[in-house]
Amino acid sequence: MFSNPDLLHFIFGRLSLDSFPFLHDPIILVTLLGVVVGGIAVVGGISYFRLWGYLWREWITSIDHKKIGIMYIILAIIMLLRGFADALMMRAQQAIAFNGAEGFLPPHHYDQIFTAHGVIMIFFVAMPLVTGLMNFVVPLQIGARDVAFPFLNNFSFWMTTCGAALIMASLFVGEFAMTGWLAYPPLSDIVYSPGVGVDYYIWALQIAGVGTLLSGVNLIVTIVKMRAPGMSMMKMPVFTWTSLCTNILIVAAFPVLTAVLVLLGLDRYADTNFFTNDLGGNAMMYINLIWIWGHPEVYILILPAFGVFSEVVSTFCRKRLFGYSSMVYATVVITILSYIVWLHHFFTMGSGASVNAFFGITTMIISIPTGAKVFNWLFTMYKGRISFDVPMLWTIGFMLTFVIGGMTGVMLAVPPADFVLHNSLFLIAHFHNVIIGGVVFGMFAGIVYWFPKAFGFKLDEFWGKMSFWLWTIGFYFAFMPLYVLGLMGVTRRMSQFDDPSLQIWFIIAAFGALLIAGGIGSFIMSIVVAVIKRDKLRDETGDPWGGRTLEWSTSSPPPAYNFAFTPVVHELDAWDDMKKRGFVRPTSGFLDIHMPKNTGAGFILAAISLVLGFALVWHIWWLVAASFIVLIVGAIAHTFNYDRDYHIPASEVVATEEERTALLAKQQA
Amino acid sequence: MANTTASQTEAPVFYLKEEHHPETGTMLGFWIYLMSDCLIFAILFATYAVLGQNYAAGPSPADLFDLELVAINTSMLLFSSITYGFAMLAMEKGSIKGTQIWLAITGLFGVAFVGLEIYEFHHLWSLGATPMRSGFLSAFYTLVATHGLHVTFGIIWLVTLMVQVAQRGLIVENKRRLMCLSMFWHFLDVIWIGVFSVVYLLGVLG
Amino acid sequence: MSAHSHAHDDHHDGGASHGTYKSYVIGFVLSVILTAIPFWLVMDGVLDSKVATALWVMGLGVIQIIVHMVYFLHMNTKSEGGWNMLALIFTLVIVAIAIAGSLWVMYHLNTNMMPQMDHDMIPSFG
Repeated sequence: MFSNPDLLHFIFGRLSLDSFPFLHDPIILVTLLGVVVGGIAVVGGISYFRLWGYLWREWITSIDHKKIGIMYIILAIIMLLRGFADALMMRAQQAIAFNGAEGFLPPHHYDQIFTAHGVIMIFFVAMPLVTGLMNFVVPLQIGARDVAFPFLNNFSFWMTTCGAALIMASLFVGEFAMTGWLAYPPLSDIVYSPGVGVDYYIWALQIAGVGTLLSGVNLIVTIVKMRAPGMSMMKMPVFTWTSLCTNILIVAAFPVLTAVLVLLGLDRYADTNFFTNDLGGNAMMYINLIWIWGHPEVYILILPAFGVFSEVVSTFCRKRLFGYSSMVYATVVITILSYIVWLHHFFTMGSGASVNAFFGITTMIISIPTGAKVFNWLFTMYKGRISFDVPMLWTIGFMLTFVIGGMTGVMLAVPPADFVLHNSLFLIAHFHNVIIGGVVFGMFAGIVYWFPKAFGFKLDEFWGKMSFWLWTIGFYFAFMPLYVLGLMGVTRRMSQFDDPSLQIWFIIAAFGALLIAGGIGSFIMSIVVAVIKRDKLRDETGDPWGGRTLEWSTSSPPPAYNFAFTPVVHELDAWDDMKKRGFVRPTSGFLDIHMPKNTGAGFILAAISLVLGFALVWHIWWLVAASFIVLIVGAIAHTFNYDRDYHIPASEVVATEEERTALLAKQQA
Repeated sequence: MANTTASQTEAPVFYLKEEHHPETGTMLGFWIYLMSDCLIFAILFATYAVLGQNYAAGPSPADLFDLELVAINTSMLLFSSITYGFAMLAMEKGSIKGTQIWLAITGLFGVAFVGLEIYEFHHLWSLGATPMRSGFLSAFYTLVATHGLHVTFGIIWLVTLMVQVAQRGLIVENKRRLMCLSMFWHFLDVIWIGVFSVVYLLGVLG
Repeated sequence: MSAHSHAHDDHHDGGASHGTYKSYVIGFVLSVILTAIPFWLVMDGVLDSKVATALWVMGLGVIQIIVHMVYFLHMNTKSEGGWNMLALIFTLVIVAIAIAGSLWVMYHLNTNMMPQMDHDMIPSFG
């Protein structure tokens, strides 16, 4: 049977023994062994402690926005390790591949690594961090019990995770794209990339994209429809405002990515001519379209970080945020302006002076609301009683670092300057400067800030500070040399260099990357140490930082229903207002609470999508057909389930709330 | 919520004593989803607008399109719009039978639309005007077929809802689903107005 | 999905307004007219000027889209507290930016970078 190549081809598509790179690449073999050993340890541990049932009931099928938010962040941290391993390999390769030395990564492997690094960091680290934080925080901040569509929330998470899983599969089965993170054609067309790499790219992003889009719709409706009574739009916390704008951007940008990747996929699978070199295709159209998604994407990532900083600054300066309404208007203006700057990513394409001038000017304009925000944070700090807890450190580090990144961005916005700097390491330094200094610092600030809300104890402060200093110093060591190299004209994505005078800069950059590795390690240590010392770090008040918004009014961790009674909002900074005006926590009169039921449907449908994606990558057509049909039938079957909610009985609410009453009494005694 | 206006001297009311029922967000959520779908079509229209003249020495719209067929096809979709409207009216009156009959008629018009489109594609294909032939044809097939796939999906959804209405009647959930499908169906009409105007009429005009 | 499916949902389903028999029929008749005219203009070559025909086709298309929005999709400024309308306007702005922007960008690109195809060689300093 196995001698028949046609049958084998039918069953396995393009998949064969040659598809497994670990058979001939020692780096991947070692990675695979590590993953296998680690995987066996995890599976064994879960089985030994009999946790499968618990995981399935309490996490995998959970539609609780808090648990889903936490799972997003766990996904992001795992993927951060993968993405950062890629970064270390690139830095090491570039630091040694001089004077004819080829380094340890052949171009075939190196090109996959820089592509995977970009894709993973943006789609599977930054996006899940942002989505996870919004998921966890927004319903609590607006006084809601859950999001508008709890089942969709679970489904979105698992789609994102399955997209990540497909990318991870490419490490061991086949190869990943060698095209750079946006897979520009004609390089990504089937003629120049005949392997499975670009297909992995397309389907991983399409599967994750469904999740991202649905979660965007979900959070918009949550914010619009489910705010506590009294919370008008201009009384919403700033993080909720930035989340709203981010999700509007998601819903208005991700369909563009979906459509563009469909067109690229058709070129590859159906031999159409959208972006080909002949028969009327136009590769530049792809670049134009993908940046219509790509630029808003940048703001999708940074706006929630701005929201985090706004919350952190006002909490740790013990002051109202300076210029709340200007902050809101700046956010809205950025949301709209982010759609008319996309061409600055390809000034050199050759659209001419009029087009370049327009997009150069809009790009400079968009820096104005961003600058206004920086001044708002500074004025909030002015004469505030600042306490330098870890979230505040990240915020100050952000303000210094991000402003540098913003200014190099304005430099790149000048078309003639861009003609010199385009595709150079200056650009690489610029966007890492804003993404690390903005998004990453913001997400770390947010995680440290809301961690006690999620788990009931603070993160370890020493390791948190270590993480901050190592990240910050490491960042400057890693990327300032890249500005220098970029100004000298060194282009991006090179695996070997001829000019030995450049080497010292790459060695400094590699040293910076090692410091950042220490920063990531310290961050993980801060979690590990906190778990060990959790009784010492425990917060029983629910309000460890003296917070100002509603999420700090409930217990830590909050009960499944978040709030026993729906809060009524009178002021901006509702919880601060409640504390000042003598809010007394209700201890009687509890009612049954109506909640959505857990369901495994989201996980199952996403898992089938993963199989579908894998089959499409490898051209296993029978499996494509089968999994597609199962997916459709499964989705329809799910709609026949009308029994989707239940009531938490008042007695259970009473028990939970009395426990908290006792804890609070003990605190005061 | 009336008790939020307590006098300022004593502590104001900070929580609701009764259960809070926010409005259902399904209709708004579905509308926002449709807006995102609209952007997918916008990108396909933009692609058609940019690549639509790239015939690569192959056929042009004037050589290919049969406006009479397109007119018949358009009328199928228009009829299905009004019949879906009648289904909604029957639903509001609480008539299960009326709802089901009008839904079935709507579905048949939808099937006719998709059938005519498949016929048209088959015809064009047989002339050698395949999506692989030129940038224009790639963009044309993708735009029109994406709309057609949406209609096909709408028909599957419609049949599913007919089964659910038969099983459970016009309960709140089913009404809400019928209203969502109504938005979806009329939204596809709106997209089709763009398709026949830009692709077929302006295409034949040259 | 239906976390809040209570019996009284149908009383406040977000204020989505419903049509009447009359409004559906009016919408249908208007759509038929607005569809028939552009087909007639193109198929019978009524107008001499292609540009004028194209403008009529586009204009009538836009009017028909509005008719569908009002009579079939029941769009108004009040449904869902104005959020429906806001979402629609925002989307239309983005659609306009994406389509017009792409055409503008790509037109200039083709003019500058591929002069031999449609144009004489123009010295370009773009």
